[in-house]
Amino acid sequence: MRDLLAALAELRERLQEIPQADERRLHDLKTEILGRKAGALTQILGRVPTLDPSSRKEVGAAANALKLEFAAAIAARERELKRAAGSVAGLDLTMPGRAVWRGGLHLVTQVVDEICDIFRELGFTRAVGPEAETERYNFFALNFPKDHPALDAQDSFYLGDDLLLRTHTSPVQIRTLERYPPPIRVVIPGQVYRRDPFDASHSPVFEQIEGLAVDEGISFVDFKATLATFARRFFTADTRVRFRPSFFPFTEPSAEMDVQCQICKGVGCATCKQTGWMEILGSGMVHPAVLENCGVSSERYSGFAWGMGPARIAMTRHGIADIRLFYESDVRFLAQFAGGVR
Amino acid sequence: MIVSRRWLEALLGRPLDAREVAERLTMHVAAVDAVVPLHPDLGDVLIGRVLEVKKHPNADRLSLCRVDAGGAGGPVEVVCGAPNVQAGKTYPYAPVGATLPGGLKLERRKIRGVESNGMLCSAKELGLGEDHAGILELDTAAPPGSRFVDAVPVADHQIVIDVPANRPDLLCHKGVARELAAVLGGTVKLPPIAGGAAPAGGTARGGSAARAAEGGVPAGRRRASAPSGRVTSGVVDGVEVRLEDPEGAPRYMIAVIRGVKVAPSPGWLTGRLSSIGQRPINNVVDATNYILFELNQPLHAFDLARLNGSAVVVRRAKPGEKIVTLDGLTRTLTPDMTTICDAKRPTIIAGVMGSADSEVSPATTDLVLECAYFQPTRIRRTRRALELSSESSYRFERGIDMLGMPDALRRAIELIVAVAGGELREPPLDLWPEPQQEKTIFLRPERVAHLLGMPVEPGEIERRLTAVGFFLAPKDGRLAVQVPAWRPDVTREVDLIEEVARLKGYDAFPDELRPYRPGTVPDAPEEQARARVRQGLVRLGLLEARTMPLGPPDGPDSVTILNPLSAEDAHLRRRLLPGLMRRVEYNWANRNRDIRLFEVGTVFRKESGSPVEEWTSVAAVLTGARRPPHWSEGAKLPDMDIWDLKHHFELAVDLAAPGCTVEPATGGESGWVAVQRGGEVVGRAGPLEADAPVWAAPLFGLEVRLALTGRAPVVYRPLPVQPPAERDVALVLPGGVSAAQVAAVLQRAVGPLLERFDVFDEYRGPGIPAGHRGVAWHCSFRDPERTLREAEVDAALARGLAALEDELGVRRREG
Repeated sequence: MRDLLAALAELRERLQEIPQADERRLHDLKTEILGRKAGALTQILGRVPTLDPSSRKEVGAAANALKLEFAAAIAARERELKRAAGSVAGLDLTMPGRAVWRGGLHLVTQVVDEICDIFRELGFTRAVGPEAETERYNFFALNFPKDHPALDAQDSFYLGDDLLLRTHTSPVQIRTLERYPPPIRVVIPGQVYRRDPFDASHSPVFEQIEGLAVDEGISFVDFKATLATFARRFFTADTRVRFRPSFFPFTEPSAEMDVQCQICKGVGCATCKQTGWMEILGSGMVHPAVLENCGVSSERYSGFAWGMGPARIAMTRHGIADIRLFYESDVRFLAQFAGGVR
Repeated sequence: MIVSRRWLEALLGRPLDAREVAERLTMHVAAVDAVVPLHPDLGDVLIGRVLEVKKHPNADRLSLCRVDAGGAGGPVEVVCGAPNVQAGKTYPYAPVGATLPGGLKLERRKIRGVESNGMLCSAKELGLGEDHAGILELDTAAPPGSRFVDAVPVADHQIVIDVPANRPDLLCHKGVARELAAVLGGTVKLPPIAGGAAPAGGTARGGSAARAAEGGVPAGRRRASAPSGRVTSGVVDGVEVRLEDPEGAPRYMIAVIRGVKVAPSPGWLTGRLSSIGQRPINNVVDATNYILFELNQPLHAFDLARLNGSAVVVRRAKPGEKIVTLDGLTRTLTPDMTTICDAKRPTIIAGVMGSADSEVSPATTDLVLECAYFQPTRIRRTRRALELSSESSYRFERGIDMLGMPDALRRAIELIVAVAGGELREPPLDLWPEPQQEKTIFLRPERVAHLLGMPVEPGEIERRLTAVGFFLAPKDGRLAVQVPAWRPDVTREVDLIEEVARLKGYDAFPDELRPYRPGTVPDAPEEQARARVRQGLVRLGLLEARTMPLGPPDGPDSVTILNPLSAEDAHLRRRLLPGLMRRVEYNWANRNRDIRLFEVGTVFRKESGSPVEEWTSVAAVLTGARRPPHWSEGAKLPDMDIWDLKHHFELAVDLAAPGCTVEPATGGESGWVAVQRGGEVVGRAGPLEADAPVWAAPLFGLEVRLALTGRAPVVYRPLPVQPPAERDVALVLPGGVSAAQVAAVLQRAVGPLLERFDVFDEYRGPGIPAGHRGVAWHCSFRDPERTLREAEVDAALARGLAALEDELGVRRREG
């Protein structure tokens, strides 16, 4: 019994080694003292049952107490070492961090989503329609007169006798009016096609966002308010907005909406051709003929509609001079708008 | 459309500020694209009157002039080299210190020993033309010392208006002036023609009160008259006119002017035309062009002497009939085109262009002057078929003022007689088989308020509409509005409401948000699906690309564009991958090595006999390093390989086509396919062959058709509370046995206790028989209800191993 108590006392001395031990030493100490088979304390504890009952209790209690002390000291040291491993002391913190690839949405997608989200706050859901369209949907139901110069601005790619690539997202106005009863409040993002050669400011294919609201009693005031609210939310709350006359076969009255030039804040610069204004969208009150063409009473219902080019809006807002950058897909360009470093 | 500020000033009888004009037009009428100042660099030039001309003492060709330039110091001495200088005449004078166009600054200097104070200028020196033979003689009443630009109408502004397709009335100065009068105040009055007088012979009556107010035929009959009933032919001054195509030319007027002298136009006329960028030609042609730009009435003057048989016949062209147009090209006509012919052959393509043969030349003395209304659609089709447009065709296509024709013709005759002489011996012939009247539209003031969201007083409605030529009369609580014929765009009530709104000004309406009812249209599932896929792929570290959907053919079912911009872009894409591959090559060309792009876009297909199909496709391309390099890990990180592709494909399929399985491709294709439950292949992934530089990493691609069905909501599986039991097993797989087969057998044989089963190693080499491979799995067993005993786990695994050996010949690896 005495030799066991002496051994325990000797082992207790070794507690002092623990606070200095490095990771490896600590592991060795743990095995040496608490190891499941050959650990010094384990062996002492294994001999306790062989002692005579009078000393069994004393030695057992002492050995168990020491085991707990070791376990606690080792655990404490382990935590300490782990903390030290996560410490930045002595490191050059200007060295680059470890990166992962960052993905990102195309800038045009980001702007489309941003615009549609603002209109969602104003009660508009997202609708879509086909890109290959018939003349009825693309032109005639939208009140384009046959053989009229208004068609010239819509020079189109034809796929067949009565099948063309839509020149605007407006055909989806017709599809929506045919399918759903008023009240209608939708925005319609989508790709459209014009027979324009590809250059810095024209693309034969581009994104457009159409909007349509039809209900009883919708007025020119509602129209102006909705679009002006959009402009102030998309740009800044104090952005000035103006509406001026225009012509579209499917709206009457028709209007263009301009916003204060975002580059010069209305003073006049090269981007806005010294006017202080940027053209943002074409719009107007839905032409009664459009409603009638869809079997909707133009006496009972009225509405407004608009169309805008998110790519062009992105160009003015982000200072991009050449529309072709959007389609080149240079990863350096795409990454600039992905919010990442690579 | 370019209008001249000074021309507008002449019509409105008041000075105008070009900027203000531009602003008002933009806000009330049509957008002004530009305001271009003309000759802004002549500000230093003055009006100088030559009092006396003497010979220069030291030079034969020079003269010494005493010039009154209004200066306080009295007349000045100027040396002049021009042969045409005369005492008593007025010339542009540039004083000492003046800067001329081109930057020449005048100094006091001696010429052949005599001091010259400034210079009398030629047209060329002022940038006003090429004439340098003499100094520019001025016809002005302005006193000496006046600024040249104030006295002579050269300093002007061009105002460039973007005239919409529905507003032909804005294609002339009178129409623009009418709108300005409505928004600025004032009235429009045609300026008298210098040296002009009312021509002999009357003209047809026509027009309305509004027209009369603008200097047309005096009011009297408000309705247009029917001068010739259903008559379609007649003779005027010996010329026989037959209207055989009244559909193509609903109204056709001819005047004959005899004894003109074709010569250059007077300065005021060339000045007007030059101010809007039109090149003066001769007095007759310039006069017709002047009327075109003043009144929007295209006129055609042609040489009577060149007509075969003194006849003018308006008829459809015969098939294959040919004409050499003014531009020297031979055009082949079709019966869809209206032509003006003499007794034998076509001389004019109606409303589009005349022939070289019938053109007015310096030898012309007798003129046939045509004033017509050609059917807009006919002109449009002709113009498009011949790919030939002119100022005239542009206007006829949009619709001219049919009721204003007599006034325009009368003014044209007056102008031609004034500038080219000649005589009108008989009144013009007016063939108008089915005379038309101004249309009447009813306007409800309450509808104006309803649609505009704000009441507009009836008095204001009347004032606004009257100002631009409408005539209003109350009728049964509504307003009967007579629409002037120059406004073909106004056909129904809402068009009048637009007139009220724009003339009042769109800015006059408030923009306060008012309550609205929510709509009935749900979000399109396509849009939701696209957004879901885009977000998922962005999270994978991919950049979204947008590629052109036009390109070369991609298989026999590619959709063809009938009228492509170029042969390379004559097809619609059938898949996104070829376009993305071209983008990868573009990036390689820019030395970008790490490229991970995806696209969500529309693709098209047409199988013969079926309609064009379109759907949304999702594709991605991957090449380059698996992660960005980091200094702590050495220079070179592994590139993405086929296993990166597989994972991307699995995730893309899960996003775009939930429920589909990814399986190895069969039939010689490399990579994987995504298979729908019915067995249809909806996606593919594999290595791609591209035009790669040597430093490029391998390229991989995937594409899958977007399904519109969303994923079913995830049902929660209770988290395990029991501990798992783990076992690593190394197996030897004979050739031809796949990991998927092993997994299936093991799962079936062990049952639900086998919770996870992950490959962690593959090995070929010593210790493994040839043609075999070693694959190691980490297995995890768990019973949701209780802790498994070691013996149970061992027994379960043994069951699995026995089945593997039995069914697949797979054994546990020794050692």
